[in-house]
Amino acid sequence: MTQVTPQAGQVPAPADLSDPSRRGRAFKGPRTANKVSRGRWFREVGWRHVIGIIAVLYAVIPILYILSASLNPVGSVSSTSVLPDTVSIDNYVALFTDPTRPFARWFLNTLIVAVAVVITSIFCSALAAYAFSRFRFKGRRGSLLTLLLIQMFPQFLAAAALFLMFTSIGEVLPAIGLDTLTGYIVVLLGGALGQVWLIKGFFDSIPRELDEAALMDGASHTQLYFLIILPLVRPIIAVTGLLAFIGVLGEFILASIFLRDNEIKTLAVGLYGLLDADRTNNLGVFAAAAVLTSIPVILLFQYLQKFIVGGITAGSVKG
Amino acid sequence: MSRAEDKGRRRDPEGRTERSSGVVGLLIKIVALGTIIGLAVMLTPALVGTDRWGFLAVVWGVVAVLGVTYATRRFVPAKYLVPGTLLLVLFVVYPILMTFQLSTTNYGDGTRTSKEVTVSRIIGAAAQQAEGARTFELAVGSEGTATSGPYTFLLLDAATDEVFAGTPDGLTELDPDTVTVEDGAITAAEGFTLLDRRQINEFSQRGGELEGFAVPTDNGVITAQGFSAVELYSPLEYDAAADTITNVETGVDYTPVQSGDRKLFTSAEGERLSTQSWEENVGLDNYVRAFTDPRISSDFVGIFIWTLVFAVLSVGTTFALGLFLASVLNDARVRGQRAYRSILLLPYAIPGFIALLVWSSFFNSEFGLINNVLNLDINWLGNPFWAKVAVLLANLWLGFPYMFLVCTGALQAIPSDYKEAASLDGATGWTNFSKITFPLLLVAVAPLLVSSFAFNFNNFNAIFLLTEGGPFSPDNPTAGGTDILISYTYRLAVGGAGQQIGFASAISVVLFIITGVLAALQFRATRALEEVG
Repeated sequence: MTQVTPQAGQVPAPADLSDPSRRGRAFKGPRTANKVSRGRWFREVGWRHVIGIIAVLYAVIPILYILSASLNPVGSVSSTSVLPDTVSIDNYVALFTDPTRPFARWFLNTLIVAVAVVITSIFCSALAAYAFSRFRFKGRRGSLLTLLLIQMFPQFLAAAALFLMFTSIGEVLPAIGLDTLTGYIVVLLGGALGQVWLIKGFFDSIPRELDEAALMDGASHTQLYFLIILPLVRPIIAVTGLLAFIGVLGEFILASIFLRDNEIKTLAVGLYGLLDADRTNNLGVFAAAAVLTSIPVILLFQYLQKFIVGGITAGSVKG
Repeated sequence: MSRAEDKGRRRDPEGRTERSSGVVGLLIKIVALGTIIGLAVMLTPALVGTDRWGFLAVVWGVVAVLGVTYATRRFVPAKYLVPGTLLLVLFVVYPILMTFQLSTTNYGDGTRTSKEVTVSRIIGAAAQQAEGARTFELAVGSEGTATSGPYTFLLLDAATDEVFAGTPDGLTELDPDTVTVEDGAITAAEGFTLLDRRQINEFSQRGGELEGFAVPTDNGVITAQGFSAVELYSPLEYDAAADTITNVETGVDYTPVQSGDRKLFTSAEGERLSTQSWEENVGLDNYVRAFTDPRISSDFVGIFIWTLVFAVLSVGTTFALGLFLASVLNDARVRGQRAYRSILLLPYAIPGFIALLVWSSFFNSEFGLINNVLNLDINWLGNPFWAKVAVLLANLWLGFPYMFLVCTGALQAIPSDYKEAASLDGATGWTNFSKITFPLLLVAVAPLLVSSFAFNFNNFNAIFLLTEGGPFSPDNPTAGGTDILISYTYRLAVGGAGQQIGFASAISVVLFIITGVLAALQFRATRALEEVG
């Protein structure tokens, strides 16, 4: 990041002049030397912190409210405020003891679906991306563009067709019919090529000389791919994996059609049902579930932050 | 793996062939292909038995593609492309094509079955037990395994102890020696696997293989009633040539009369025989209805406009706030930028569905956070206007961190020389921003804005998890105040009463087309076409 440090007397750094706090201060003349620097500091930098802190409050208050709700033993909307008055872990205990809302089961289901879908789709995407990056074959350009086009259409637009399709598959193969986790996983695998473009970009940045050297040394195509190229793109695999994971975690529309039995629900449909059943009084338990679900994801996000910034600017949108 | 082992077969200068990894690879290949062929072979009898020829073709088509790709040494790129492409074709492309096909039918509640089945069900529903009708003890036999079928009713006449085999083709008497009868029930029959009672129950339920199973006889039909069967007589007769159902007792004729998107058997006096209709090809009627039927089109057009407004404002507000914060905080003199960024990332890191559900409780009009903290008394989710505002406010919170990250990245990529040069030329901060920074930034983020627009255009979760499309007016339960096209389609296709899958598919197709146009715009914006080369 290149940045010029401004010196006294220079033109103020480019800033939004329409900002009211800045204008107000401009007329209050500084009186002492010490106040000059403080006044200028506020005019040029300090007001930015004011806005930054307002933004932080805006971002954080809803999160604090949920934390507070999860610790509030009464658990109703009316008794919850941003800062808790009484603290208890009753809601968390209730989450794991009430068999009508098998949170642990939902969590496990979500993990099973996410892991299966993420691993398979990263595997398929990375394979295809490699072919598009390294081979020149007939129809390459056409298939890349077709792929890009098809991916613009969200799969859930065909939800009704998928519902009918899996009703009839289930009559022959009950193991992947409606109302099964495997069926739901299979549907989501339709998006297995979702990360091709992102990964292809990274394959393109690996010099081809590397491949040629490996082939000269006698590596087969399979060995070259799995032992040499794939380890080099590990970071981007991690990020696309995380983005795919977030996508699966938030997938609601197909889950609501495919997973109707309480025991096989994912967190998205399970928690929706929990809150929807009684929006006023189930808040505490829901909040506890929300906290437990969010913490691992937030930690992953913070850990992979710099990669994510690169990843999203390359074009993926959170699902 | 050592370097020596790393050497494969083809270009090995010392002439060594098959390495261990080559053998392992070959084994994996053989096992995987073998498993897939085995699965296909296992599925085949069941598919043939139930006449699912299309399904069978798909199964063996997949096997053929995999075989050609992996069992030969040719088509190297295909070896990398086939797994994902097969999944894409089966579970994305095919359903899209199926949506197109469904959109030209009236498929939905009351029109799920073919005309033939509907007619036989109407006749069956009117059936009654005739005087002195025969009753049977019922067992169900399968010529294959218990789950594969085809099935036969094995009937023990309660009065005469005669044994019959009944299929949809008719009734035939069985040789008593081939059947074992114990305690007045058939317990075994040569050539058949008998189903146990649990299986009979399960298969007789809605959608099961035995649902509507009927054996025609000279006097009527034999149908199952629990674990016995009775011969029923229906006063209705269908004449296929005249396409008329006649009640032979009253002499009234019922002919198909169009009612909305379906035909119902109706008498000359307008009496309907049944509310059951059948699946028919209706051409482009569903599309015509969406745009011309006065009641539907007012819903449709209203929802369409709100979908556009929602998408534009969602992108606009998140971008404006994200850009504002990025410009304010992206200054070398601001300390703690990292901390700011980590905290402002939080709304983006929280799983979207959780954030949306949380926000829906904030808008609770009596005790919700927003009314309490801001001391307002707004019926957020009960009033169509405020519900729209609520949806946008919640979506702003969810979306601004993404735009903040994107804009920060784009701002940092703009060379500072540009701004310095402009400053030296006397440009003030605002001119600098609006004439230099903003246009450069816009070029960089335009593709992301388009894709964000496309995403919000179909942002089902944001609507459904916050408001479920509501509020609904009492006279219109299908279109709510905050419905966007995709949530409206969802309700038509799978929501509670009166599923209209055909019509919902037509709206999905409209969404496909709009999404395609957006995709084309994005193509142009990203110059993806050049990158391909």
